[in-house]
Amino acid sequence: MLKKSNLILVTLGITLMAFVPNCKKGAATATLASDAASRVYVAPGEKDEVYAFLSGGFSGQMSVYGIPSARLFKIIPVFSVFPENGYGFDEETKEMLKTTHGYVPWDDSHHVESSMTDGKQDGRWMFLNANNTPRLARIDLKSFETKEILEIPNTAGNHASPFATENTEYLMAATRFSVPVPQASVPIDSFSKGGFKGTVTMVKVDKNTGRLSIELQVLVPGFNYDLSHCGKKKSHDWCFFSSYNSEQAHKMLEVGASKKDKDFILAFNWVRAKECKDQGKAYNFGGEYVNNFHDENKPAVSTKLSGVKMLNPKDCPGMMYYMPTPKSPHGTDVDSTGEYIVGGGKLASVIPVHSFSKMMEVKDKKEHHSTEIEGIPVLKYESTLAGEVQKPCLGPLHTEFDGKGYAYTSCFVSSEVVKWKLGTWEVVQHLPAYYSVGHLSIVGGSSSEPYGKYLIAMNKITKDRYLPVGMELPQSAQLYDISSGKAELLSDFPTVGEPHYSQMIPAKLLMDKTAKLYPLEENKHPYATKNENEAKIVRLGSTVHIYMTAIRSHFKPDIIEARTGETLYFHVTNLEQDYDIPHGFAIGGAPNMTNLLIMPGETRTFKWVAPKPGVYPFYCTDFCSALHQEMQQYIRVSP
Amino acid sequence: MKTLLFQTLSKKNRLLILGVGLVLVLVYLIPIWSISISAPQYPEGLGMQIWINKITGATPYDLKNINLLNHYIGMQEIVSESIPELLFMPYVLGYLIFGAFITEIYPKVGMAILGIINLLLVGLVGLSDFWRWEYNYGHNLNPEAPIIVEGMAYQPPLLGCKEMLNITACSYPSYGGLILGLSLVALVYILWDENRRKKSNVV
Repeated sequence: MLKKSNLILVTLGITLMAFVPNCKKGAATATLASDAASRVYVAPGEKDEVYAFLSGGFSGQMSVYGIPSARLFKIIPVFSVFPENGYGFDEETKEMLKTTHGYVPWDDSHHVESSMTDGKQDGRWMFLNANNTPRLARIDLKSFETKEILEIPNTAGNHASPFATENTEYLMAATRFSVPVPQASVPIDSFSKGGFKGTVTMVKVDKNTGRLSIELQVLVPGFNYDLSHCGKKKSHDWCFFSSYNSEQAHKMLEVGASKKDKDFILAFNWVRAKECKDQGKAYNFGGEYVNNFHDENKPAVSTKLSGVKMLNPKDCPGMMYYMPTPKSPHGTDVDSTGEYIVGGGKLASVIPVHSFSKMMEVKDKKEHHSTEIEGIPVLKYESTLAGEVQKPCLGPLHTEFDGKGYAYTSCFVSSEVVKWKLGTWEVVQHLPAYYSVGHLSIVGGSSSEPYGKYLIAMNKITKDRYLPVGMELPQSAQLYDISSGKAELLSDFPTVGEPHYSQMIPAKLLMDKTAKLYPLEENKHPYATKNENEAKIVRLGSTVHIYMTAIRSHFKPDIIEARTGETLYFHVTNLEQDYDIPHGFAIGGAPNMTNLLIMPGETRTFKWVAPKPGVYPFYCTDFCSALHQEMQQYIRVSP
Repeated sequence: MKTLLFQTLSKKNRLLILGVGLVLVLVYLIPIWSISISAPQYPEGLGMQIWINKITGATPYDLKNINLLNHYIGMQEIVSESIPELLFMPYVLGYLIFGAFITEIYPKVGMAILGIINLLLVGLVGLSDFWRWEYNYGHNLNPEAPIIVEGMAYQPPLLGCKEMLNITACSYPSYGGLILGLSLVALVYILWDENRRKKSNVV
């Protein structure tokens, strides 16, 4: 046992030592001089406190990290093919990547949204947008697999998506690129004459199954709708969309779209919109789109749909209002109480905060309207303003809330996170970020009940943060502890793709609910083989169906005969009923198929066209057992 | 001795016997014995339960996974159908319960003694049969098994824990077994109590 005086000396010594190496680098790294390492250290066998779901940006995927350790657990394939497990390649999942443009095996995924009940994260689903080819995905949090993808018609650049209402009644999806709606070849300069339009789409989420469907689209002026967040509690009925380029410039937007002092946050009453639809005020509109659904342990089904209900704002008074917001607003975030709508203007020198109550008070009073755009009243800036955070930083973008009365705003240009107080609008702390921070995420921070312990900043650039690895460096995220009065940087970590936005969920909400296997007796796959005795080969002309089983450490049937040009379908069922025992399946030199990773009790299908005569090995790719290397067999292809 | 055999059971002891008969009915509903195994790759453990009429896994998939593990060493698959004892064991238990109820009609100390003998017989025969099955499973291994360790047998312990390769197997009575044991204790108590009562009557 140490005596108290000794303890003080030792502590002092450690503290000093911690500061010494940092002297040279100065303030930028001084925050690391604390015991940050021990606060992110998760000892072997211990578990992280939080799941972080990060979107993959241009990788089109979603990744799962543990916080505070920042260990990468999994990449969930969503919009991009994934050779590791055959997603997008095999007969079960390739339908998931179907669109009206054909098979699109990539996308640009920006925003992760969590399903909510009463404004709180409920741990059922995550939603992810596809910006490039407008789509919206639902990821099931039992299996951590993509279950559904819905294409959004009459839109281009599904950026302000998928933001959920308080009980996940709807997900919002709005146009980033306004285009002719319906699509047509028109001169590009007709954009400036109002020839281009945007749409706001209400995607209905079935309360029990999570199934997605398009409820309604609203045709809005042709601006760029950038981000969204929906209200909570008193603002439950509303969602707020930021927009830029209200100038409707069509070339050199850098200048053209930055002319006006203010653009808008669009306040949208979705309850009113539904009401107008039910009153028959929406009209039938075209638009082809697909809905891809991957039911548990069955092949995904892609359904072509056409037509939506379209609503014009002028036909539904009280549904939409524009709130002027300086300048080229990007972020629009609603605080945990539902009262404050915080704008983040890329070029603004203030952070404007609108008051929901004020908006409700003035929205229908003519003296508070400055003008009207295509049936949408424009409210006066001062009329809805709750306050402005003065000179917070350069390029404020996104704001998250800690539930304790503080807001954290990311600042892209000055590479920092500013902490400020709601109500007094004073900045209380500047935190450096390395570098060019976009979104922030606090555990539960966009819900009505933030968990408020960790904040991650998602950065675009990492110059000098890691060992150089050629021209392209990893993107990164930074972890801050915000549990005490002063936020502290704990660690930074490289990420997969661009960590554009994230949702973080306390581990206790999910960890006991995750699925461990597919029960074989519930396997409804049309090509399932539930025991080895049923393994068989069925020939239908030049098509061969191989009903195959995989179990430690063999496949059955194990010798397969085929003729050149025949199409072979390997329907492989993993007979294991043990957690964490998938089997892999790959054939040597299969040009159109990568690998299958078949979960216990699951059936998946590998399509292979018998090539020139020869003997081709197939084998298990997932190290399954002591005899994994023996889990290999042959296909003989004869002329 | 003879007087003790035909001594009528006290009201309390008759009730106790009735209790034993009723509690024995539970043995149909709960496992008698359980074997649990743990290994590095099974941090959560695997379990197997022996019931009066079947063998199951502790979870719906444990038995399957135990068999999967066992196949490496060439142990034959453990399935209820291969153990004929499980077919008549329910009747043996029924006989014991029947005996308890007959004792209510014919409440003599001799019946309690018969019960003790029956329970002891069932226990001894049961345990030795259990041991025999364990022995057979552990020793009669497929000579073509992937893993053959010279001189190694895989007989689980009758009672207690044992290490086999990287697996620790533990074997203990489960609730049903405890009930059978307690029934025996109850009958022995009755015998002791009746004996004491006889002596005090004499005095």
